[in-house]
Amino acid sequence: MDILLQLFISFAMVGVFCVGGGYASMPLIQVEVIEKYGWMSMNEFVDIFTISQMTPGPIGINAATFVGSKVAGIPGSIAATAGFVFPSVVIVLLLAYLYYKYGNVGPIRGILNGLRPAVVALIARAGLDIMLLAFWNKEKLPVDVMQTDKIAVLIFILTYIMLKKKTGTIKLLFSSGIAGLVFYLATGTHP
Amino acid sequence: MDETKVTEEKLEKAVFNKPFSYSRLFISTFIISAFTVGGGFVLIPLMKAKYVDEYGWMKENESLDLVSIAQSAPGAVAVNASIIMGYRLGGILGTFTALLATVLPPLITLTVVSYCYDAFATNPYVRMFLKGMQCGVTAILLDVVLGLLVKQMKKKLALPLLIMAGTFIASYFLKIDIMHIILVDAVIGFFLMRDSQYN
Repeated sequence: MDILLQLFISFAMVGVFCVGGGYASMPLIQVEVIEKYGWMSMNEFVDIFTISQMTPGPIGINAATFVGSKVAGIPGSIAATAGFVFPSVVIVLLLAYLYYKYGNVGPIRGILNGLRPAVVALIARAGLDIMLLAFWNKEKLPVDVMQTDKIAVLIFILTYIMLKKKTGTIKLLFSSGIAGLVFYLATGTHP
Repeated sequence: MDETKVTEEKLEKAVFNKPFSYSRLFISTFIISAFTVGGGFVLIPLMKAKYVDEYGWMKENESLDLVSIAQSAPGAVAVNASIIMGYRLGGILGTFTALLATVLPPLITLTVVSYCYDAFATNPYVRMFLKGMQCGVTAILLDVVLGLLVKQMKKKLALPLLIMAGTFIASYFLKIDIMHIILVDAVIGFFLMRDSQYN
């Protein structure tokens, strides 16, 4: 079989069965990519995982890009990535269609009303995670208040003030990045 | 496009409303995706801050519904969220605009970074910039969470607050699988939250 097609199908499988997002895709990638085809080693997979911690993008996309480019260059990475998102496109579009058609039918409305506060909780969870990482460089509680990164807190407060002055999201992201560069350089500390 | 309808809904935010365009959708999604480290539920509030609060392209409740759907479908939640929000904003073409804008940054970054990972990861300037951005993202997330929380509090309904607290504790402290929690929340909603006061 054509290698590009094989990449597409393999990552489509990972995409279909990766329910719950993020880390849920890891065992699938392990079975489909490492054990079945030997497209990469376990060590490389761990490396991708590390890279995913500090670069943007879902781990599934990152793995697809890495494996695809290793097996068949840039066309390979495109084929694998397209495979990974293909099931999502089909299923999510179907759900979107159903939502706009039946979203106001009693039981469906009920389910969505139940999930809405859950989404708030999941965002709050991600917020707490990233706050621990930003202020204390730790991944979970508890933290030592004495060890707080004061520069990080300062940038946080400045961003929050700018946010309240209705600065756009993207401008905020860039200015906080530049603030990090300037403040850490000026104080001679390392994050 | 139903551009007029979208702007009518959010007239009170007229100062920040920007008319919908595919290029604006692409550019804003691309930049958010390119600079957001930390997974789907970090990216989603940024999309919400951009599309809902800043541009006024859709209503808050609708955006939360769409995220619920994105979370329930297989695949990466950030990808799913961009597919469904793109669809809402610009139909099928909107889907592919947002999807491409979400997928391209990690595709490009990973291709580049995989060649020079060590230089990238240990570069002090990169770390300083990333650290600063982490603080900025924290501020945006806090703002989104507080806004949603205050809105729920004002409704004075016990059930949504219980779901919120329960979901947070179950996933953060008890480390229960998110799909199981979502399922329980859906069942609670199915039986107890059909009333329009919960809409």
